[in-house]
Amino acid sequence: MSTARNLFDKVWDAHTVRELEGGQTQLLIGTHLIHEVTSPQAFGMLRDLNLPVRMPERTFATVDHIVPTVSLQEPFADPLANDMITELRRNCAEHGIELFDLSSGRQGIVHMVGPEQGITQPGTTIACGDSHTSTHGAFGAIAFGIGTSQVRDVLATQTLALERLKVRRIEVNGRLSPGVYAKDVILHIIRTLGVDGGIGYAYEYAGEVIDRMSMEERMTICNMSIEGGARCGYVNPDETTFSYLEGRPYAPQGPDWDAAVERWRGLASDPGCHYDDVVTIDAAEIAPTVTWGINPGQAISIEENVPTVEEAGAQEREAVAMALQHMKLTPGAPIRGTKVDVAFLGSCTNARLSDLIEAARYLEGRRVHPNVKAICVPGSQLVKAQSERLGLDRIFRAAGFEWRDAGCSMCLAMNTDRLEGDQLCASSSNRNFIGRQGSPSGRTVLMSPVMVAAAAVTGEISDARELFGVEQQVVA
Amino acid sequence: MSALKAITEVTGTGVPIPGDDIDTDRIIPARYLKAITFDELGPHLFHDERWTETGEAKAHPLNDERYEGANILISGDNFGCGSSREHAPQSLVRHGIRAVIAGSFAGIFFGNSTKIGLVCVQVERASLERITRAVQQDPGARISIDLLQGRVTVGELQVPCQIPESARRALTGGYWDPIAQLLESGDQIDALAAQLGYRNATRPGSTG
Repeated sequence: MSTARNLFDKVWDAHTVRELEGGQTQLLIGTHLIHEVTSPQAFGMLRDLNLPVRMPERTFATVDHIVPTVSLQEPFADPLANDMITELRRNCAEHGIELFDLSSGRQGIVHMVGPEQGITQPGTTIACGDSHTSTHGAFGAIAFGIGTSQVRDVLATQTLALERLKVRRIEVNGRLSPGVYAKDVILHIIRTLGVDGGIGYAYEYAGEVIDRMSMEERMTICNMSIEGGARCGYVNPDETTFSYLEGRPYAPQGPDWDAAVERWRGLASDPGCHYDDVVTIDAAEIAPTVTWGINPGQAISIEENVPTVEEAGAQEREAVAMALQHMKLTPGAPIRGTKVDVAFLGSCTNARLSDLIEAARYLEGRRVHPNVKAICVPGSQLVKAQSERLGLDRIFRAAGFEWRDAGCSMCLAMNTDRLEGDQLCASSSNRNFIGRQGSPSGRTVLMSPVMVAAAAVTGEISDARELFGVEQQVVA
Repeated sequence: MSALKAITEVTGTGVPIPGDDIDTDRIIPARYLKAITFDELGPHLFHDERWTETGEAKAHPLNDERYEGANILISGDNFGCGSSREHAPQSLVRHGIRAVIAGSFAGIFFGNSTKIGLVCVQVERASLERITRAVQQDPGARISIDLLQGRVTVGELQVPCQIPESARRALTGGYWDPIAQLLESGDQIDALAAQLGYRNATRPGSTG
């Protein structure tokens, strides 16, 4: 039998405490991330059971979902938001958990904070009560979202009872065309494999395109693994990973750094290792991609027309009809030209520095369409500060974007940033579910940051390649 | 840790909410997550599909008096996709739902549900359609989900159902909440954490 193993198996096996009665694995969780929405009940359960936090130094907290982005003045206008941040502070103080609070300069969306601080490292297991924890897989970690009772389990035992996942390798080969970004790649993958194609799998992203990608692009890809049904997605660690991490506050330092890099290199999937499935995608087939429906798999290229019920397969018809009805789009008509009311540049998918630089590059000297409300919400306080040092805030403001404080914001509208009525939002976020952006009749069209910028400028869904004359390839 | 109840069977009546890819934002919209307990979730189950913005009832199976008191929800493929919010199964349980029969389940939702004793079983597409029709025709039909036999019975109709073996054993063995088992291995946990460099670091990660 071959001894070659993939990264998932190496990390899983290394973190296995024991096999539980019934067949699940008791898996050690190296790093636990918490935020204000899915943790308070878990701390409550802990109190009910009279249990301490087993390894408080392995849990890190920040506040992201409910924070306002207009003013951080406390108390917040929303009393429920105050309750939640107060509860998080109390729990962290009581149990000795490090909290990246609003005053730290390091607060942000939890999936931004881990990588920025160097807490997210190759070969670790990472859990957080948020499905986009898959983001951290970009570093070669096994990272996945958990429910609140599982947050309790990690707090109490630093372990979880889990079913082992199968591994699907997704190779993206060739070269992306100009104006095609990481967001387009992952939307294309989800469209191809389906929103439930990844159930029971971890996705290993590989191939020439992924190899060339920056860490920020890889994070965009891994972030949306869950939208394809895969609880986690990862990229094998390489020089790109190591150079991102070197010197970050929680990364190993000095001689420990060299030893860590040596060990991390050995974690990458071995040549000839087993995969439960392998899928190959030709980068040349990927165009700027946008969603037309009510889940991230209902996506088309900007050149395509909105689907019709008639052309859908028998099993899809009802879903297509429901999506078309909600989205109020004309079946068979081009998606481009669809009027946009709101442009949202933000979220753990696409609010990193490179996303904002790329959008600002094309917004400079242009104006947001008068019918569009455009907001830019940096993913973290660090991204905000770095952007301001580069003068990006001035470009966004001059173009007519509102420049906000860091948080989840209009990705899921738990603060005051939300759609009104049936507004249509060109959004760099990750979910176009009905009601996701705060209005039950609101409509979301997912796309890359540059496509959001294009939609903001024209007031309609547009092909950024034409509008901005995107020619040179600046990314993978 | 008190012993849990073994769940070998769920019986009652059903409510079909047909459709694939019913996501957790539909099951419980994010604005109802702004609370530090799960206590108030029940009434907000499928809120935006059940109520207009001015609070009037919409046509929805959960507002249909024929299905009043139903404790078994019947849906389509990939039920519970999207966010990891345990609020979704918690809102189902607090509404009185004890089991979900679907074509398939999203992974995180399935795990969250099993952990709180909400039974999730899969049936083949054709069987799912038969169950849905049977319940729509006779909302009072008695449903039984037998986890030991792997069988769903709706009146005269009997179809096989699937559930991952580990979940089936956890439910029928009365250890669907694994906390007691997890706590047993305290020393092993500490040893492994130290071995992997998670414990003795002066700064997290400084030993890798």
